[in-house]
Amino acid sequence: MTYLFQILNGIGLGMLYFLLAVGLSVIFGLLQFVNFAHGAFYMLGAYLAYAMVERGVSFWLALPLAGLAVAVLAAVTEAVLLRRVYKQAHTFHILATVGLALVVQEIVIIVWGPIGGNLAPPEGLSGIVILGDFVYPEYRLFVIAFTAVLAGALWWLLEGTRLGAIVRAGSESAEDMALLGYDTRRINTAVFGLGAGLAGLAGALAAPIRGVDPFMSVEALSVAFVVVVIGGMGSYAGALAAGLAVGIAQSLMATLWPEGARLMIYLGMAAIIVMMPRGLFGRA
Amino acid sequence: MSAGTALRLDDVHGYYGKSHILQGVSLEVRAGEIVCLLGRNGAGKTSTLRSISGLLPPRRGRVTFGGAEIAGWAPHRIARAGLCLVPEDRGIFGLLTVEENLRIAVRKGSPWAIRDVYRIFPRLEERRRNGGAQLSGGEQQMLSIARALLNGPKLLMLDEPVEGLAPVIVEEIVAQIRLIRDAGVPILLVEQNLAVCTSLADRHYILELGRIAYHADAAEFARDEAARDRFLGVKAH
Repeated sequence: MTYLFQILNGIGLGMLYFLLAVGLSVIFGLLQFVNFAHGAFYMLGAYLAYAMVERGVSFWLALPLAGLAVAVLAAVTEAVLLRRVYKQAHTFHILATVGLALVVQEIVIIVWGPIGGNLAPPEGLSGIVILGDFVYPEYRLFVIAFTAVLAGALWWLLEGTRLGAIVRAGSESAEDMALLGYDTRRINTAVFGLGAGLAGLAGALAAPIRGVDPFMSVEALSVAFVVVVIGGMGSYAGALAAGLAVGIAQSLMATLWPEGARLMIYLGMAAIIVMMPRGLFGRA
Repeated sequence: MSAGTALRLDDVHGYYGKSHILQGVSLEVRAGEIVCLLGRNGAGKTSTLRSISGLLPPRRGRVTFGGAEIAGWAPHRIARAGLCLVPEDRGIFGLLTVEENLRIAVRKGSPWAIRDVYRIFPRLEERRRNGGAQLSGGEQQMLSIARALLNGPKLLMLDEPVEGLAPVIVEEIVAQIRLIRDAGVPILLVEQNLAVCTSLADRHYILELGRIAYHADAAEFARDEAARDRFLGVKAH
């Protein structure tokens, strides 16, 4: 029964990881761009939700607003800064995005201080549910349901709509998209904003569970990379499968051998790199 | 520029890095025409098409299309103006289905809708649920031309549309190209297959070392065996 509880926890955690990583993965698939600022967008989402709720805004309004604000901010950053380095070597991607992440982190520390804070679960979801022999926080159940719906909507957007076909086609060949009359720079900006917005949403969703602090971006970034590497760069299904696998593994390890939880994840990633360099769902 | 001219190149120069690949190409495509651009490998045929479509922006010279000077425009802007290139590699999105490949090409104002291109290319309708990567070479070519039609072309550029295809498919595609021309879309055709060129084109240009070395109408070219031998080395084939 304890294991069931941990697996449920792991699913919630894993869905957040998926939400966090899927943007990084899609951005990489489209732009071959390694975005080390992705964790910063996650943190920004968490802090924006936190700040709004502190000022009396309802969590239900703060959640979408935080995601939207991060999406807009990321799209603007892409258009003025990041698009200039796409054509350069990966080292320039790292320089530009690590720099951006550090700037965001410093701003967060200046505005909200280095300590961090806690965010109470929203009204109506602050209780617990009793499931047979164990109790479970309502908010965590909500996170699982919400992210599942969001994952379904995202799947439909990418696989079932013309917009999704445009994104997938763009990740195959920008030149052929231009020949069909598409301004690929606009597609890039939109997808970058969407991916970052999802990370921001993941951050806002995570805030009532883990609180906010200026170093959550680093943690989120490393988890996102692990998920993307295991799942395969550019793969939606890979991000979902790997997100869940990492979340559940981490959660189970927390009971079995807490100190080894992180180690386990990185060993798993290393094994995938050695055995399947393209990840579980990566394409050649 | 005369009234019937759809596309005109004046002294276009293009470079790949430092390599001076187009050394002053001048040519013209008139309304309702199929114009064939011939030449040996490396003469600059594909580069000419890439120059026109903005993928290899001309360093010097003028490209006039529909009354506008388009040299230096971004490729997507040139495509939206109605100058559509079907590239040599066909540019099919292998991860998308046939129908998705078509759907992303649909543009308002095109006289062709998806059901129209299915009528012209019935094979595509049969394969609509298949992935682009699963198509044969001929089907990929048809898909690429169909996509260009959905884009609403005012002029179509085809880069070796029948290269490597079986004779029966070549015949099918030649008939389809003629159908498109008859619908009023002028075509600039790059092709190595001389039989295809002579059966389709109203006029011929021959490129040599990045310049137009020869120009003739269909009747004249058909008589001029010496020119064919000299520029294309047809006897060697």
